[in-house]
Amino acid sequence: MAAHLSSGRVNLTALREAGRRELREFLDKCAGSKAIVWDEYLTGPFGLIAQYSLLKVSAAGSGAGGRAPALPCSADGRASTQEHEVEKMFTLKPGRLPPADVKNIIFFVRPKLELMDIITDNVLREDRGRSPQRDFHILFVPRRSLLCEQWLKEQGVLGSFIHREQYSLDLIPFDGDLLSMESESAFKECYLESDQTCLYHAAKGLMTLQALYGTIPQIFGKGDCARHVANMMIRMKREFPGSQNSIFPVFDTLLLLDRNVDLLTPLATQLTYEGLIDEIYGIQNTYVKLPPEKFAPKKQGEGGKDLPTEPKKLQLNSAEELYAEIRDKNFNAVGSVLSKKAKIISAAFEERHHAKTVGEIKQFVSQLPHMQAARSSLANHTSIAELIKDITTSEDFFDNLTVEQEFMSGIDTDKVNNYIEDCIAQKHPLIKILRLVCLQSVCNSGLKQKVLDHYKREILQTYGYEHILTLNNLEKAGLLKPQTGGRNNYPTIRKTLRLWMDDVNEQNPNDISYVYSGYAPLSVRLAQLLARPGWRSIEEVLKMLPGPHFEERQQLPTGLQKKRQHGENRVTLVFFLGGVTYAEIAALRFLSQMEDGGTEYIIATTKLINGTTWMKSLMEKLEPAPF
Amino acid sequence: MSRVRADEEEYWHSSKFRAFTFDDEDDELSQLKESKRAVNSLRDIVDDDDDDLERVSWSGEPVGSISWSIKETASGSTSSLDGRDSSLQKGSSSYAALPKQASSYSLSSLFKGRNKLSSFQSLSDALTDTGVKNYAPELRRSKAEYKDYSSDWSPKDTVRRMQRGKVCSLERFRSLQDKLVLLDEAVAGHDGNVITAVLIFLKRTLRREILFRELEVRQVALCHLIHFLRETGEQKFLLDLLRWGYCFFPLSLQLSQYREHLNIQDVEKRREFLKGCIGLPFSAEDTSHIQDHYTLLERQIIIEANDRHLEMAGQSELFRKYPRKASILNMPLVTTLFYSCFYHYTEAEGMFSSPTNLKKTFKIPDKQFVLTALAARAKLRAWGDVDALLTTKNWLGYTKKKAPIGFHRVVEILQRNNAPVQVLQEYVRLVEDVDTRLNLATKYKCHDVVIETYWDLKDRIQLTAYKCKVERGSAEEEKINSILKNMVRNAYS
Repeated sequence: MAAHLSSGRVNLTALREAGRRELREFLDKCAGSKAIVWDEYLTGPFGLIAQYSLLKVSAAGSGAGGRAPALPCSADGRASTQEHEVEKMFTLKPGRLPPADVKNIIFFVRPKLELMDIITDNVLREDRGRSPQRDFHILFVPRRSLLCEQWLKEQGVLGSFIHREQYSLDLIPFDGDLLSMESESAFKECYLESDQTCLYHAAKGLMTLQALYGTIPQIFGKGDCARHVANMMIRMKREFPGSQNSIFPVFDTLLLLDRNVDLLTPLATQLTYEGLIDEIYGIQNTYVKLPPEKFAPKKQGEGGKDLPTEPKKLQLNSAEELYAEIRDKNFNAVGSVLSKKAKIISAAFEERHHAKTVGEIKQFVSQLPHMQAARSSLANHTSIAELIKDITTSEDFFDNLTVEQEFMSGIDTDKVNNYIEDCIAQKHPLIKILRLVCLQSVCNSGLKQKVLDHYKREILQTYGYEHILTLNNLEKAGLLKPQTGGRNNYPTIRKTLRLWMDDVNEQNPNDISYVYSGYAPLSVRLAQLLARPGWRSIEEVLKMLPGPHFEERQQLPTGLQKKRQHGENRVTLVFFLGGVTYAEIAALRFLSQMEDGGTEYIIATTKLINGTTWMKSLMEKLEPAPF
Repeated sequence: MSRVRADEEEYWHSSKFRAFTFDDEDDELSQLKESKRAVNSLRDIVDDDDDDLERVSWSGEPVGSISWSIKETASGSTSSLDGRDSSLQKGSSSYAALPKQASSYSLSSLFKGRNKLSSFQSLSDALTDTGVKNYAPELRRSKAEYKDYSSDWSPKDTVRRMQRGKVCSLERFRSLQDKLVLLDEAVAGHDGNVITAVLIFLKRTLRREILFRELEVRQVALCHLIHFLRETGEQKFLLDLLRWGYCFFPLSLQLSQYREHLNIQDVEKRREFLKGCIGLPFSAEDTSHIQDHYTLLERQIIIEANDRHLEMAGQSELFRKYPRKASILNMPLVTTLFYSCFYHYTEAEGMFSSPTNLKKTFKIPDKQFVLTALAARAKLRAWGDVDALLTTKNWLGYTKKKAPIGFHRVVEILQRNNAPVQVLQEYVRLVEDVDTRLNLATKYKCHDVVIETYWDLKDRIQLTAYKCKVERGSAEEEKINSILKNMVRNAYS
């Protein structure tokens, strides 16, 4: 189930296992049968740690039958067969809790006040006359909050909870080389609200990681938040001297990068296969929901009688062989891989005609399950590729991309752009407009005051004056700003870091710029240059980017110092504070796989983002809260 | 959006910059098709039994995943919910809900008879000054309760303990000096949870002016406090803070007060509130936008009252024929302009609801105005207005057609509103770029324009080819024939 986590250079199953252990320990604290009430947001991330079967019983296969019936009462079941005895699961919502014959009700929630109100409502409406009475518990994810507990106390229900604990789900393993905190508002909190709580969690997550995988000897960083996290790590280490562990370090280097060092990359449209899936359909906790039409099961009857109306949901991770191969390719190179695969599979199925002897037939049959899996995987990705192609071949996609690429390569960034004006006049989605305007601003080190004012006025008049708040947020974040001092640093940065490559090869790339068909993500270029030849060579440019850059070393006990085998790759953990895109991940994977690269990368982030979700998180919520 | 394709093409081919093109279009597509075909043909070979393979139910949830099992285990029990609920009386339920170890605060708040369900309003009540004391009861319990750890934690240790989720008494920090050290220590820890807890304590134990003054030099703490107030819905305290503090707020907080208008539902109150915002020292630019926002809402209120009346009375044919879909209140300016061009086009400039008045008041650029007016008049199929809108008179009295947005856009808008060919072709003819003109004319079957253009270009071949596109025996065909004849004659003469 989690084989893909151990496929990489660092075995992340250990982290997942640690998470599962902590969860089991908490469940066992509440003796007896249980029902879990979920904050819906948490089910996605939790699903990556544990499945229902872990929570429920130890017996295998209990979840696979398709139905999860109410289990026999624990009176005769006893703990030996029902390890954790979670019998029911509900979604958190106001009103009365559904009836369930269990001893314990456990709330799994984020520490948010509005959720506390729902819990209060649930508890107050519980029928106290029932027997036996049900016990209440709360598990805060990722941590207990004094504020929430006082809120519950104020409501007079705090005393109803027997166990109030926290479950520090800081870094969740998404794939063999990818960890995320899935903290949606991290960027906004850090850069707009000066709330650095998520940095504190990032530091804590890194401490957990070091406890499992050894102290990381070298820390590099760029940006204010990076500096904070490094400071906190060093302090935490000092304050808990016991944390000095004797594990041989797996990671050689930690690179902490602020998202605001590279504001440009997430604004551009990602052009890798996975990146485009995310841009168009949105990937959440490794799942994507797709329009069902292309996935209609074409069985004998055909005719398309009952087309499915529910979106098709697919999990996307490297456990799927084909997906692992194509996810990071430029979309233009995906078609040929798919057709090659199709030929191979066809050929494999043809083999059956040549199978003459019983032995040969037997061998063919034994391969069937694998072949069928490969075929269904191919079918899915062919359908997805078709869906995406419909969009990438549209005129508007082309026009939009044309403008993006002009900006990134430094053309006409200092005047009002016609296409953007047209889009505003036709009331295209505001997020699209904001992405383009911000991109232009970043690629020009700020817009001329006149240009900026023009865009602002057009946006406010067309979409509503209240968006002045959103524009203000974007200015605060540095995404949209007037040019100061009349100096445009971007061309220097672009040339020094080779951010724009004219001769990009999408099919057989030789540079990371293939992920944006020409633009090499700045953040990844920084990582690449750090590994070779080192940042000293780009001091000038580093000074142009916001925030300090620094290097720290953590002492290792003498026995643990690494003696590198000849030809052995270094392992670098790159932590993106404020979010990372799939295209950047693809670029880092590309570097890991370079033959003479010498470095393999593991990626951690506060949140997996794309330009749209990122913009959304920065926009002012204009509807008042629904209560 | 037909841009000048030819130029663009040339640009892309001549420049060194590369677009995300699908040069090998056919090849690419055929590859996908090929793999699809292969996939489909394989279906015949293998007896389809997906269930074994994917372990994913149709909705895509893997069987056994958490969200899947929530649905499954909950499904049996939800139906009986509602029926039972109503049988419970309110009073008995709140009695039954008395918590086991309720503190005196929560007891009293129960008997205050607050409605637990309309949480936000009532909660914010509880938090205004008197409620604040109740709010952090943990922090003000008598010292006796803390005997077991009454040893003096330093501010640093206190913060550290709180970070680890331990309960700490903050009461012992009495002097202002101590409290501020505690706050600074919390801020240095970067843990929002602890910072907020300390702020609640300070908010309760310090006088407002002193708290505000100290926050002036502690911007991080200030942000946390504002965030906290917003989260808990403590509007009054928040507004006091904003009003008191705007002069020292960093730029980032200047608009905080303006934002509060979003929480005001009543339009009249919202308008009043916006009016109050105008006087605040925002940047010059922001001030002018906020002033516009206020003016717009003021207008909308007048227009709305007037038009609702008109609509109800049922005497205006326009309103009867095209009933309003929604109120105009709180709509963006451009939407308002469209509305006014739709319902109030002919009104004199003196009227608040007239388009020209809006244009003047808000300095709407020509382009934007023409675009919006065009869309509105075309929707009403008022082709005469469209014509007038695009006609300018020079000082000699000659008239001339002019479109600040370009005639190709005019055609697009008219076409979207199903304009008849006669109207359409008049504007297609005015498109300057020949290729775009031919393109549009062919697309929308403005035969005359196509024929004339080819004639101008003296393009016999194209003209001959076009003959098959027009109806047999139609006037257009005859026209082509006569032109072709003429061309031949000219060629030989």
